Amino acid sequence: MTVAGLKDATAIVGIGQTAFAKRLPEDEKTLACRAVLAALDDAGIAPGEVDGLASYTMEETDEVELAKAVGFGDLTFFSKVPYGGGGSCATVAHLAGAIASGQASVGVAWRSRKRGSGPRPWTNTTVQLPTPAQWTRPFGLLRPADEIAMLARRYMHEYGATRDHLFNVALACRNRANQNPAAVMYERPLTREMYMTSRWISEPLCLFDNCLETDGALACVLVSKERARDCAKKPVYVHSVAQGLPAQHHGMVNYWNDDPLTGPAWTAARQLWKHADFTADDVDVAQIYDAFTALVPLSLEGYGFCGRGEGGAFTEQGALEIGGRLPLNTSGGGLSEAYVHGFNLINEGVKQLRGTSTAQVPGAATCLVTAGEGVPTSALLLRS
Amino acid sequence: MLTPVTDTDGAPFWEYAAQGELRVQACADCGELRFPPRPCCPHCQSFAAEWRLTSGRGRVWSYVVPHPPLLPDYAAQAPYNVVMVELEETPRIRLVGNLVSRAGASLDSLDPERVRIGARVRVVFPEGGLPQWVLA
Ligand SMILES: [Zn+2]
Repeated sequence: MTVAGLKDATAIVGIGQTAFAKRLPEDEKTLACRAVLAALDDAGIAPGEVDGLASYTMEETDEVELAKAVGFGDLTFFSKVPYGGGGSCATVAHLAGAIASGQASVGVAWRSRKRGSGPRPWTNTTVQLPTPAQWTRPFGLLRPADEIAMLARRYMHEYGATRDHLFNVALACRNRANQNPAAVMYERPLTREMYMTSRWISEPLCLFDNCLETDGALACVLVSKERARDCAKKPVYVHSVAQGLPAQHHGMVNYWNDDPLTGPAWTAARQLWKHADFTADDVDVAQIYDAFTALVPLSLEGYGFCGRGEGGAFTEQGALEIGGRLPLNTSGGGLSEAYVHGFNLINEGVKQLRGTSTAQVPGAATCLVTAGEGVPTSALLLRS
Repeated sequence: MLTPVTDTDGAPFWEYAAQGELRVQACADCGELRFPPRPCCPHCQSFAAEWRLTSGRGRVWSYVVPHPPLLPDYAAQAPYNVVMVELEETPRIRLVGNLVSRAGASLDSLDPERVRIGARVRVVFPEGGLPQWVLA
């Protein structure tokens, strides 16, 4: 099987999620079980048929715990992807490869997280301080927001991107969340004044440039295209997949490349488009990883929606809103629906191509989903 | 305050810094500078390395101004600046640090209004501490 042979060879046939909230009473393992069972129920596939699993290395619920809790059959493929939110789309990519090559027949990808009620990862200095953080943390560059703000400042300086451009991203996500009853920010509008007068987190990033802190879990189910035809729901085909780790990259502080503003998105994009039947111009709707607003203009450039340095201006004139040039993060994304390491972006992509999104793009047939930019990343092209 | 948790590759940087020298790892065969330190040269794959003394001069490539929530020692000095300095001799060698009013001063000792991308800076070494930067 070649990489090109992955094209539309598999489909997502089930999606599931728990409630999203700042604080949920159940533990991560229980939330994982609920999301996985919901996804299998959506697909109409019994847990005993699952033989492939994929999640993030940061996932706390082990394969063995999940498998025995929900009653999986014999597992013949399991995989974990590193670098936090950079791994989201790669979980689906790994399952697609496993199913297309016959290593598994029913794959489940999932992510469960209690980031809302749990501690912030950056406060655990014992885990955070060893290499590579010796070069950054002692100087007070402590949090992911600080690390990305460093790139954002340089990006704004070099290309004239403004806080209004970042606000456009935050607003598009919030407007979509206002349409989505499952979103944490449902019925909570955002205004420009709220944005411009909010407190700083790490200048030039303010409160609304940062994703939510959320408890919740999500999962999806993958099978071959042949089997997908017999499933309960309309299949959403995995058209192209990619991972990306650029030369001389360095974790989330890729300050030591020749060109730190062309991050992992550029590497993933080259691989993603290489095997696709369509281009960025043909993408109907995009779910772009938004732990921070500033990642979106960088990703718009990397994935080829605009030229170098044009990512800020691309957001103008409602381009990211419904009816705009590229409707973005239609469930509200990490900024306004839930921050579950980007997995909600995958499920929202599926909803759009099923025609069941709460902010449906009419006739959407193609969707780009991306994982964390700034860290080694991954991406999916989905099609109906 | 957090102190660097070093590894085998990084330890010499901190040892030189404690002696008041800003040194960067270089390939002993092809001469390419590299940062952060690592076991071998990404250009020629040589495992022979040396630590080259830098001019200690550079320019601000970017900077941020963190506000709480932060770890307590840092929150006490917030808002402060964190700068990334590109070295004069090799701009792609960039070091994260703080721009302060004088060696040994607190992280918030320089008015953030005085931090600018492109500003010329030079390294200073407080007694036994981390390297810091002052406006040149
Ligand atoms: Zn060399």
